[in-house]
Amino acid sequence: MTDSIVKTLDSVGNAPYFVVALLVLMALTAILTQKNLIKICIAVAILGSSVNLFLVLLGYRDGGSIPIYYLKGAEKGMVLPTPQCLTLTAIVIALATTALMLSLIILIHKHYGTLNIDEIRRLRG
Amino acid sequence: MKLHEHLPAFLVMVPLLGAFLTPLVASFGRVVRNVFFVFFSLLTLVIAVSIGMSVFGGQILVYVMGGENFALTLPSGMTYPVRILFEIDAFGALLILCIALAAFAGSVFSINYMDRFSGWKRFLSLYFLMTAGALGMCATGDLFNFFVFVEVSSIASFGLIAFWRDKPETIEASYKYMLVSQVAALLLLIAIGTLYGRYNALNMSALAAMARTGTLDRVVLALIISILAFKCGAFPMHAWMPDAYAETPSGVTCLLVTVSQASFYGLIRVCYSIFPGVAREGTVGWILIVLGCMSMFFGVMMAVVQHEIKRLMGYHSISQVGYMLLAMGVGLLALDGRGNAAAYGLTAMKGGLFHVMNYSIYKALLFLCAGSLYYATGTRDLDKMGGLARNMPWTTGMFVVAAAAISGLPPFNGFVSKLLIYESSFVVHPLLPAIAMITSVLTLASFVKVFQSAFLGPAKTKFIAVREVPAGMLTGMMVLTVVTLLLSLFPGWFMNNVFTKAAEALVDHEGYIRAVMGGGM
Repeated sequence: MTDSIVKTLDSVGNAPYFVVALLVLMALTAILTQKNLIKICIAVAILGSSVNLFLVLLGYRDGGSIPIYYLKGAEKGMVLPTPQCLTLTAIVIALATTALMLSLIILIHKHYGTLNIDEIRRLRG
Repeated sequence: MKLHEHLPAFLVMVPLLGAFLTPLVASFGRVVRNVFFVFFSLLTLVIAVSIGMSVFGGQILVYVMGGENFALTLPSGMTYPVRILFEIDAFGALLILCIALAAFAGSVFSINYMDRFSGWKRFLSLYFLMTAGALGMCATGDLFNFFVFVEVSSIASFGLIAFWRDKPETIEASYKYMLVSQVAALLLLIAIGTLYGRYNALNMSALAAMARTGTLDRVVLALIISILAFKCGAFPMHAWMPDAYAETPSGVTCLLVTVSQASFYGLIRVCYSIFPGVAREGTVGWILIVLGCMSMFFGVMMAVVQHEIKRLMGYHSISQVGYMLLAMGVGLLALDGRGNAAAYGLTAMKGGLFHVMNYSIYKALLFLCAGSLYYATGTRDLDKMGGLARNMPWTTGMFVVAAAAISGLPPFNGFVSKLLIYESSFVVHPLLPAIAMITSVLTLASFVKVFQSAFLGPAKTKFIAVREVPAGMLTGMMVLTVVTLLLSLFPGWFMNNVFTKAAEALVDHEGYIRAVMGGGM
């Protein structure tokens, strides 16, 4: 089982990193071009997910085993569990910010009656 | 157990404890809540001062979280630190002192200022969280931990900017800041992840020990510099700053100023301590100088035309950040220069660090004065104010001190730090001090305008009933005024005992590495 996973991962090479780059670019493009606040919020969430994917990818090392002592099997070396910890922390932070962002969007809709950023322009100059 | 050895942990623990005790304590009534608020802020300040006292003596404080021994940076058999640790050198302690001072003054001020409003539990919790986040940013020795503290302080500040949520402007300002801040934070995480992928370490000292000067390091450094320059409000990325500063309750604005200073800390730490090899080559120094000059000049140009007092001060913050970026950029360029350029570089850094402290203190004081005006008159529009010096003599006096300090008038502390920057940036290019001086003149011009239109002139009939603000607000402002006057009267003492130590700590990046890595690597 483990061998087949390793073989698959070897055959894909750097492809996951390209996926990360693609997602980041997609998210940034959407943040810059979209006019709807909800869509911008979705774009930020995509950006967060792509960063998490990136962190998880960093945890993979050739020939390393999972960092759980009684599950690591015959492998000698375990990978550092740091990226997994980073990802967990980043997910929690992303959850908090997404919730806060959505609640601000609700308040904006209450005050302005619109979600179009071109119409929400009281702070100027 | 010796208590003073655990000070770095207490520094973040005390405000965090305050944040989570708030909902409980606030239900015991107004007096208990106010005493609790001020006491915890004062306790944080005391801790910050005692950290400063041991660090400015020449020691670097290191504190390992969750290890068998808090002083054991390298666990047995490990060649680099795996645990999260705090590392406070003189530069970090300087920023910690500024943040704790502003937090204390803001808390005393807010007791009266926020008394008319409900939502105290949330206000206090967020205030303490923001303090904890900002202090953590300046204390941590771990890059990912830095990201976490950035997020803690940012999320708390989103909530506090939108605190008066019945006003559309506050929500708009908060959303704007949140969007750009979130994107910046996630890009920062990408940069940190890339560093981890390259060096297998997140500890700042370990990274500094291993840092090479490859292309990837340059890309990451560029990413981090642009993100943190944005977070501290440098010119092309400044749009969030006046909005956020104008719409926040004033007691919080003075803390928000120091939170942006904490981002400045991160920027300087990365340039000077982690990647000195790449940063001192020249390009990075010039980038900081150009960013600084643009922020100085355009910030003050936009400030001059403002009619709303807090927006005006928000634009001034951009121009003040420019001074520090300029000074630190000159430091990066000149330190490795020939002849006595290195001495000029060190002078520029001392001036820049002096300005960091000055800016945090007098800017906080100015925002508190603006808050007092808003509290007394109910407006932030300078055109509607007038003749208030008769009604509010104390506020007027303290505003004059702060305005003279920010404009760099000779007896005040702003003059000292600006003079050091003028006389040292000359070594890089003679145009730089010229830009800085023009900025200073325009700063004076716009504060003369504020003073004239708010405090002088004939008394207006609608402001006849206006009285001096309550004692709590005056006390908060008085704390900052006293610190400004101390910095003005004894610049030599502060220079020798604080700013020189901080500048030397920044230059000595090997000492920063040695404090954690010992003799290893």
